[in-house]
Amino acid sequence: MGKYRATAVGALWFALAFAGAPALPAWTGNHGAPHYSEIARGRYLVKAGDCAYCHTADNGKPFAGGRAVPTPFGIIYSTNITPDKDTGIGRWSEADLYRAMHSGIDRRGNHLYPAFPYPWYTEVTPDDVKAIHAYLATVEPVRKHDRPPELSWPFSMRSLMAVWNKLYFDEGTFTGNPRKSAQWNRGAYLVEGLGHCGACHTPKNFAGATKASDAFEGGYGEHAFAPSLAGGLRDGLGGWTAGEIVEYLKTGSNAKSSAAGPMADEVLHSTQYLSDQDLAAMAAYLKGLPNNESKAPDAATGQLVTLGRDVYADDCSGCHLRSGEGQPGVFPPLKGSSAIQAAKADTLVRIVLDGAQVPPTASKPTGLEMPSFAEKLDDRQVAAVVSFIRNAWGNRAATVSQGEVARMRSQMHQDGGGP
Amino acid sequence: MATRLKEVDVVLVGFGLTASILAQELTEDRALQVLALERGPWRDTVPDFSTAWIQDELKYAVRKQMFEDPERETLTFRNSMDQRALPMRHLGSFLPAAGVGGAAVHWNGQYWRYQPVDFMLRSHVEQRYGKQFIPADMTIQDWGVTYEQLEPCYDRFEYMLGISGKAGNLQGTVQQGGNPFEGPRRRDFPNPPLKRSYPTVLFDKGARAAGYEPFPCAAANTSRPYKNIYGVQMGECTYCGYCEWFGCGNYSKASPQTTILPALRRKSNFECRTHCNVTRVNLDSTGRRATGVMYVDAQGREFEQPAQLVILCAYAQHNVRLMLLSGIGKPYDPVANTGVVGRNYAYQIMSSVDVFFKEIINPFMGAGALGQGINEFNTGNFDHGPHGFIGGGYIALWTTGGRPILQHYLPEGTPKWGAGWKKALAENYLKASSIQCHGSVMSYRSNYLDLDPTWKDAYGNPLLRLTFDYQKNEHAMSDFLTDKAVSIAKAMDLRSYHAKQRKGHYSIVPYQTTHNTGGAAMGSDPSNSAVNPYLQSWDVSNVFVMGSSVFPQNGGYNPTGTVGALAYWAVDAIRNRYLKSPGPLMQA
Repeated sequence: MGKYRATAVGALWFALAFAGAPALPAWTGNHGAPHYSEIARGRYLVKAGDCAYCHTADNGKPFAGGRAVPTPFGIIYSTNITPDKDTGIGRWSEADLYRAMHSGIDRRGNHLYPAFPYPWYTEVTPDDVKAIHAYLATVEPVRKHDRPPELSWPFSMRSLMAVWNKLYFDEGTFTGNPRKSAQWNRGAYLVEGLGHCGACHTPKNFAGATKASDAFEGGYGEHAFAPSLAGGLRDGLGGWTAGEIVEYLKTGSNAKSSAAGPMADEVLHSTQYLSDQDLAAMAAYLKGLPNNESKAPDAATGQLVTLGRDVYADDCSGCHLRSGEGQPGVFPPLKGSSAIQAAKADTLVRIVLDGAQVPPTASKPTGLEMPSFAEKLDDRQVAAVVSFIRNAWGNRAATVSQGEVARMRSQMHQDGGGP
Repeated sequence: MATRLKEVDVVLVGFGLTASILAQELTEDRALQVLALERGPWRDTVPDFSTAWIQDELKYAVRKQMFEDPERETLTFRNSMDQRALPMRHLGSFLPAAGVGGAAVHWNGQYWRYQPVDFMLRSHVEQRYGKQFIPADMTIQDWGVTYEQLEPCYDRFEYMLGISGKAGNLQGTVQQGGNPFEGPRRRDFPNPPLKRSYPTVLFDKGARAAGYEPFPCAAANTSRPYKNIYGVQMGECTYCGYCEWFGCGNYSKASPQTTILPALRRKSNFECRTHCNVTRVNLDSTGRRATGVMYVDAQGREFEQPAQLVILCAYAQHNVRLMLLSGIGKPYDPVANTGVVGRNYAYQIMSSVDVFFKEIINPFMGAGALGQGINEFNTGNFDHGPHGFIGGGYIALWTTGGRPILQHYLPEGTPKWGAGWKKALAENYLKASSIQCHGSVMSYRSNYLDLDPTWKDAYGNPLLRLTFDYQKNEHAMSDFLTDKAVSIAKAMDLRSYHAKQRKGHYSIVPYQTTHNTGGAAMGSDPSNSAVNPYLQSWDVSNVFVMGSSVFPQNGGYNPTGTVGALAYWAVDAIRNRYLKSPGPLMQA
């Protein structure tokens, strides 16, 4: 797990001069043709890591890369991981793939940016990487050159990542905690490793690095705020049962919430395919996270919230009901919802502006959608209604200002999202 | 020159309600490739029916956003054979849809089963009143299928749509509070009735005082969250009052989008191509076997789509036109009284009694099928002997909504515009509703469909010509129904009421209802039906025909319940019999 070791900006420049690529780990892979069971296991692990989502562009060929991954430092485009020999990873050995996942260094020895989540993948065992390699070798090779990242200086210098790694990244294979159950350990391996849940759900510092002590307390990913997965009752998963976590990851919704934004893609492309046993393990691990929740703010009042109540009655209550309780199995409750009371309201604002779709999974195929209200509601009305739902029916969370909504609206235009 | 495409197993012409049912059921066989060709656009709840903008009455109701465009395809009309038919350049009396989901996107959701006698109408009338009771030019006939055969299909359709209602007859036992005249059903509706609106409560009271047994009408608007037989989830109705002519933004009105498509679109053996207008069914040199269809896409390119099985799922009249254009079955000739395709066309006869209450009834809180009705005066439910007509209908007060432009009722004698009109509108908007009489129409030798000799569509093909008028029987029946509705209005403690009988010739201009039937009647005798009891063409056995075009005459109900039940009935025969051994399912 990547840890946050130092914070001084000066240290970054100092370290730059001495940075070098770390040594390769010992590799014990064999070179025979993989068995079917190895390939099948690899396919499952690739689902668990949700590799296809980032490595497939909209309407693009699977795993051929080209998806734009927005970061605070610029746009990074995912790479071609099909087995094409010239433009993909067809020439990569198992050891090459392991070095990329474990150390963040590609076959040519270049540093990868941590938009590729090697700070989490570093925990994946060599055996699992071997299976992933075996599976990726079977997908359709696509000839498609990688698109260079569009980052501002100094982030455009890949060598800077050596410094970043020195400061914020520890290599380390998952070893587990012998005092915990096998189920907890399996869950920890999936959540902290391949699942790379912390990539969004753990807060990041100015350099985009996460801190172990804040693990899963909520963070940003692709402009959405991923709510806390820790034990908080108000804004975390403290109020969810393990069964509810499993249902959410398997089907895209449960009695407490529906997946939206990047999490909807996560369920659609990854977690719905995981075994009930693995999902139960992840739930067991998440339910073990501590409750570090801060004190609830006082309920917001005033003009903004009053306006929000009216907007809610006109535009939201039809589905989510006046009581905020939603409709069981169809539209999620807002009352008591940890997603609604998340530390930051960015995701809620984006859902109101852009709409959202519950992922259409095998077990719940409907794909219910909330429409965009970007054309109907102005910034003040959006701020009002989001502030209202965060403070109605016993909910408590910070209000949102008109200015913040305006900023997010313009950000969405830049991203090409929303009307 | 048409481009020839790769063959599919099944091609569905049109992608509305019946096509969605067929696609969903047929693709359960994963080896079967099913293709739907839809002339209109793709549509889905979000963004097309978004609650953020669907309540735009001007766009959808006045300017008719959801419907077919007469510039591409329309029909010509005349009341009788001695007139020259002229093309409809604007939509009027009925509103066929264009687009995925078809008319089931913009319907109200008023759901009825036909009664057992409806399926054996000629036998029933002859037996009860004698052969001479049926006028010589009335061509009513039995359907070749019975209520008992269709009952499981109705049941499946209801649990697919998530109907809200109250059973009136459970396995032969009449149930308090339901429609006591309905045929026996195996179980209750999947959802309880909708919440009541105040005017339906007042209607209920008046109808009871007048001696009738009112009941909540069955609705394809969900009264509570529901998961249907395909695992598709629906939300409860918000009573927004924007059902008819609008798509539902709340996942509450049953349509292919809210009940079937989420399950269907997961299947790789199904494909839908939109903006593809089918112009012909191709037949081989014998004329006894279809080889596929021709279609034109939005770029104007023509394609030949070969298929093993062709199923016509377009709007009723369009199915008939395609059969006539393609040479499937013998065209009907009303003079010689020969042929079957185009025969037995029928419509609906609608009348109403507008009611003006003393108290505010908030008409805007409504749903398309939120109604209270009585069924004493439908076809088999009273003695027609003293009245001398055949048929009947239900009487109901629906609270479909109170839309500002088109949905208000004004007392008789109100000025059509100006200060007097405004004053009357202000006084009555919150205090008025209407009792509807939904009347059957029998089929006649002189009411029929054929190809127009003069007018052509955008592709150069002859338009369909509709020759239709109300006959004495229909006016007598409709006046009788309207009088009964007046008797209820009189028992309702109103300020006033205004009875609107349907008078004179049929006019195709004002909107009445989109319930066109017949033209490809089903039956067990090929001399008077175009398709057999499994909806299979008697002449071309790999062509099936869905929809109300197969009704031999029109009943006193909205047709969708029976359209859906017949689709399930036919698809069962296709899957379990036809596909195992392709060929006629019944010998002529």
